[in-house]
Amino acid sequence: MQFFFEILIGGLLSGVMYSLVALGFVLIFKASGVFNFAQGAMVYFAALSVVGLMERGLPLWAAAIGAFVVMILMSMATERFVLRKLVNQSPITLFMATIGLSFFLEGLAPLLWGNEVRPLSLGIVDEPIVSIMDSTGVLVSSFDLAAAGIAAVLVALLALFFKATSIGRALRAVADDHQAALSLGIPLQRIWVVVWSVSGFVALVAGMLWGSRNGVQFALTMTALKALPVLILGGFTSIPGAIVGGLIIGAAEKLAEIYVPQLLQSQFGGNFGGIEGWFPYVFALLFLLVRPEGLFGERHIDRV
Amino acid sequence: MFYREAGQFKTSYVADSQIFPIRQDRIAVCSLLVVAFGILPWIASEYWLTAILVPFLVFSLAALGLNLLTGYAGQLSLGTAAFMAVGAYASYNFQLRIEGMPILASFALGGVCAALVGIAFGLPSLRIKGFYLAVATLAAQFFVLWVLTKFPWLSNNSSSGVITAQKISVFGVDVDTPVRKYLFVLGVVTLMALIAKNLVRSHIGRAWMAVRDMDVAAEVIGIPLMRVKLLAFAVSSFYCGVAGALYAYCYLGSVEPDGFSLDLSFRILFMIIIGGVGSILGSFLGAAFILLLPIFLDSTLPTIATVLHLPFTNATVSHIQLMVFGGLIIFFLIAEPHGLARLWQIAKEKLRIWPFPH
Repeated sequence: MQFFFEILIGGLLSGVMYSLVALGFVLIFKASGVFNFAQGAMVYFAALSVVGLMERGLPLWAAAIGAFVVMILMSMATERFVLRKLVNQSPITLFMATIGLSFFLEGLAPLLWGNEVRPLSLGIVDEPIVSIMDSTGVLVSSFDLAAAGIAAVLVALLALFFKATSIGRALRAVADDHQAALSLGIPLQRIWVVVWSVSGFVALVAGMLWGSRNGVQFALTMTALKALPVLILGGFTSIPGAIVGGLIIGAAEKLAEIYVPQLLQSQFGGNFGGIEGWFPYVFALLFLLVRPEGLFGERHIDRV
Repeated sequence: MFYREAGQFKTSYVADSQIFPIRQDRIAVCSLLVVAFGILPWIASEYWLTAILVPFLVFSLAALGLNLLTGYAGQLSLGTAAFMAVGAYASYNFQLRIEGMPILASFALGGVCAALVGIAFGLPSLRIKGFYLAVATLAAQFFVLWVLTKFPWLSNNSSSGVITAQKISVFGVDVDTPVRKYLFVLGVVTLMALIAKNLVRSHIGRAWMAVRDMDVAAEVIGIPLMRVKLLAFAVSSFYCGVAGALYAYCYLGSVEPDGFSLDLSFRILFMIIIGGVGSILGSFLGAAFILLLPIFLDSTLPTIATVLHLPFTNATVSHIQLMVFGGLIIFFLIAEPHGLARLWQIAKEKLRIWPFPH
């Protein structure tokens, strides 16, 4: 039972990391109706920028700010050269444009900062917390806990931003209908830059956390693929959905990775590890068949 | 002037419902086929046959399959490579396990297996659409590859799931030289392209397009959504499955599951975006473009680098390739959302009135 809880908690905490990437998706989708496939590439780009700037002699905090500036520049360029030209196109077209964008960023980032795998130290130690281990016997990494704390703060800030500021309201209007928002006098192009910058910031936080755990490398682009099932489960438009979805997927994935291969092995024999790759997808898919809009998504009504 | 329909009167229903109703099109297609079947095998070098023409045809077929699903039926799919893998592995197993199985039959059965898998992963399309569905097809991508690596039976207990294609012979002729492989692939692709061309102008194709344009409206006018969508998944996966089998048997010889990665799926998606979504011709143009672009960049980038005195390594070239790919996708979506096929259409319209402007 103790083993079970250890895996469960480990899964929940790694789910927080998935949520962080999923948050970036949700922000852009909520605010502009664009399904941003490039989020994973943005995580990679941001993390690589931090490391690249640190290699040029900047301290961590300055490198992080510098990387944020880089992400803002990227947002402006994206708005100027991609989104502005595709206003009011179908969502699928915009989605494919972000696939193009992700390839572009995946090529640009190593071209600017080099492509070798590099460590990134945030000064948070990755050790089990002794007090929790002594009282309950469950291993909880201090790094994971810190990441969860950072994610919580970020989510609170974003929720405030969407609910309480006029920009937040404008963002939601843009998401509903580009054309209508434009004719109401909402500066669509500025809104886009703002929201892509905010999601660049989320990508930066995610990239630094992931990067300090696994090293800053090309595999970071795969974080996007981890975030997709989270999104489906939570609903594309819901910030709490991204968090809850992340927790569920993280926990389900780790538990399945431990228990399902054993089950298969007793049936068929052989080694069945590595189901982490597809389990979240199938899990989310089965959930969709029951509730097509996700946990917290908005029910979509078609009109002819 | 050169492409004028005036004066070509159709006086019977048969004449009106030909595949290529305009005489110039018929001549163009026929001469293209004559060149492809009769002349190219003689003049093309071995490198061109094995490294460019065969993969071009194979990828065209896969792109055609994806185009039927995404371009005509409007269901976005990111799992093309998985369906190709199913086709390749299924054909391999039919050939391996059943004594004396004709190769064409095992290709067809491989396609059928891919179609069944496609239907299974297309089932969610009845409840969900758009992006949600794209993620569902990603599930197919990861799940299929995992199954292929974890069940050694499927690859005849080879290490890490590598299969080596058996020698094939069609109607008693061994398909072993580059020219024969090329002709065989060309034959299959030509046949299937013609079938696809016919399919999309039949009632099935029209139903697909209605679903693509607005599925609720299509349902209202009496199109059975479930059947039409699942049929699109089945046909598309069948095409991808056969393409996968050809990929294994006639292009690479031996393949592993990782060869059918998400990257390959994306490349095929790019082919249809650049070639033209919802166009048979576009699948071919896009495949040619995506296949030739890296070759072109590989040969030109180092030259440009030496001219400009830039330090270029192989890694740099591959990064620039990624950027060029991404940039081109965006460029095409902005400048010509209907892809290269549309450019050809514009050219035909210009030829119609050339040399006079009106």
